[in-house]
Amino acid sequence: MSETRQIAPDERRGILARSLDSDLLHSFLASKVTVLAAIVTAVFFLGALLAPLIAPHDPFDLRQISIMDSLVPPAWSDMGDPRFLLGTDDQGRDILSAIMYGARISLAVGFCSVILAAIIGITLGLVAGYVGGFTDTVIMRIADVQLTFPAILIALLINGSVHAVMDVTREQSAFWVLVVSIGLSFWVQYARTVRGSTLVERNREYVQAARVIGVHPIRIMIRHVLPNVMGPVLVIATINLALAIITEATLSFLGVGIPPTQPSLGTLIRIGQDFLFSGEWWITIFPGFALAALVLAVNLLGDWLRDALNPKLR
Amino acid sequence: MAGYILRRLVQSIVVMLAVGLIAFMMFRYIGDPVNQMVGVDTTPEQRAALRERLGLNDPMIVQYARYMWNAAQFKFGTSYQFKEPVAQLIASRLPATLELSIVSALFALLVGVPMGVYTGINRNSWLSKVFMTVSLVGISLPTFLIGILLIFVFSVHLHLLPSFGRGQVVDLGFWRTGLLTGSGLKALIMPAITLGLFQMTLIMRLVRSEMLEVLRTDYIKFARARGLSRRAINFSHALKNTLIPVITITGLQLGSIIAFAIITETVFQWPGMGLLFLQAVQNVDIPIMAAYLLLIAFLFVLINLVVDILYTVVDPRVRVDGGASA
Repeated sequence: MSETRQIAPDERRGILARSLDSDLLHSFLASKVTVLAAIVTAVFFLGALLAPLIAPHDPFDLRQISIMDSLVPPAWSDMGDPRFLLGTDDQGRDILSAIMYGARISLAVGFCSVILAAIIGITLGLVAGYVGGFTDTVIMRIADVQLTFPAILIALLINGSVHAVMDVTREQSAFWVLVVSIGLSFWVQYARTVRGSTLVERNREYVQAARVIGVHPIRIMIRHVLPNVMGPVLVIATINLALAIITEATLSFLGVGIPPTQPSLGTLIRIGQDFLFSGEWWITIFPGFALAALVLAVNLLGDWLRDALNPKLR
Repeated sequence: MAGYILRRLVQSIVVMLAVGLIAFMMFRYIGDPVNQMVGVDTTPEQRAALRERLGLNDPMIVQYARYMWNAAQFKFGTSYQFKEPVAQLIASRLPATLELSIVSALFALLVGVPMGVYTGINRNSWLSKVFMTVSLVGISLPTFLIGILLIFVFSVHLHLLPSFGRGQVVDLGFWRTGLLTGSGLKALIMPAITLGLFQMTLIMRLVRSEMLEVLRTDYIKFARARGLSRRAINFSHALKNTLIPVITITGLQLGSIIAFAIITETVFQWPGMGLLFLQAVQNVDIPIMAAYLLLIAFLFVLINLVVDILYTVVDPRVRVDGGASA
């Protein structure tokens, strides 16, 4: 028994290293669009992560913003100010810095909700597939019903219900309410995929062997089945990251997401929309462009990952 | 056949009862209905009397049954913010949303299908590549951003189209329509495009992949060998066979168009159900939220049911399968 345990991880690492060496990396470098998408995504991640260090201004530091600098157009236009590359909003906050801080919040909500959705979905999918029977039926019926509704509607309903029972005007709680409502509306896809793969894996010899020697079912699910069903989950997670970012932006745009005191990209677009008609287009167009670029790049990466991990398409 | 339809019908009713349970739980247990209905100076005795009169002391199952029974008769309670019956509020907003949704669906079909056929036939032309790239951008852009960009270009810069509202409406007694006036039609253009763009790209990609598949089949090769014109092959042989999945998807998408109208209606201040629902979410108006959930669920279940039944009519294989497993 101790022998098999030692060999298994080594073999797995070998497979991983091999595919990184040849297939994945090669197909990645072969597609110029994918490389470009990866670069754009990396720029956004770095910009968002390092925002406090590299952003030209701190849009939340009241000492740094001045009402005299409000509504300055982008630096290259006639009225522009070289200090503010993409202009400023009505309170004199630098748009470029606001975008960097906003992307930070958007990405954080995206990642947290994808992780939450994945945890819920994988757990329920594993249980449904491994246990089967009545448990399986109940879980998958719930999933079927939820799947008929658009995720955005479910997120709105959960969001509205939570607002009804607790006070969520503060940024911190608004953040977590968003994560929970988006996470709960995206778990179905993981559950269905994991359940499907689990049904296959359940009857393989290694699972039967583990069962025969008396390994606890929970341990079998986590240690033996889970690693073998993770491939598709990764693809779904990447594509869902783009969806989660869109959903967060949409909820914030609709005014039920992140409050304007610490705006995400969606909130920035919402704030800027009011100024569109008075000619201050840069307040809303630049955050909108940033959001579109981020989502497009992540989508392209997800598409590539799906094709690259699909052996049928090779 | 009858057994299959009956089974689907029972399934639909179960789904509606489950969604109804969620709506009821929201309605009953999120916030206190009594507190929402009375003023600050109401005595505890009056509150207790109201509680008894509303039946809030009955067993939960009785209350749930009563809620569902009322909902089946379109009685959804009274809105907390407007103090009006929810059914009346929704009925007054329904025409705006339905007009917008149906025009969007038509737009998506009438533009998406030809684009899909074109890209399917001329796979490598530059125009196809442009279409495919645009469709990828269309899928990636959030709905509200498309709306804002359209407003920016056509309202702010070109002053061509109105940026909000429905324009002038004509009251037909039971239905207030914007389709009969010039300003109403003009106001409809941008919201309809915004709402339909995602579905258009979806339909285009679907038609394209179906066309690619069908064009490879033997009967198309045979039609070519018979010397039929390209036009006859592409449109009367190939396209016809791609339309069944397209019609299914469009039918199913009609439900999500109505749901996504929430976003479009907010961007364009379109006075429909979606805007009503969003205001309800913002102001924690639970009766409207619960009623909207039930209504959308009903629509989805109905569309799914109709599509499934139509399938058995169109495609005999489904009938056999359904009968065998039932």
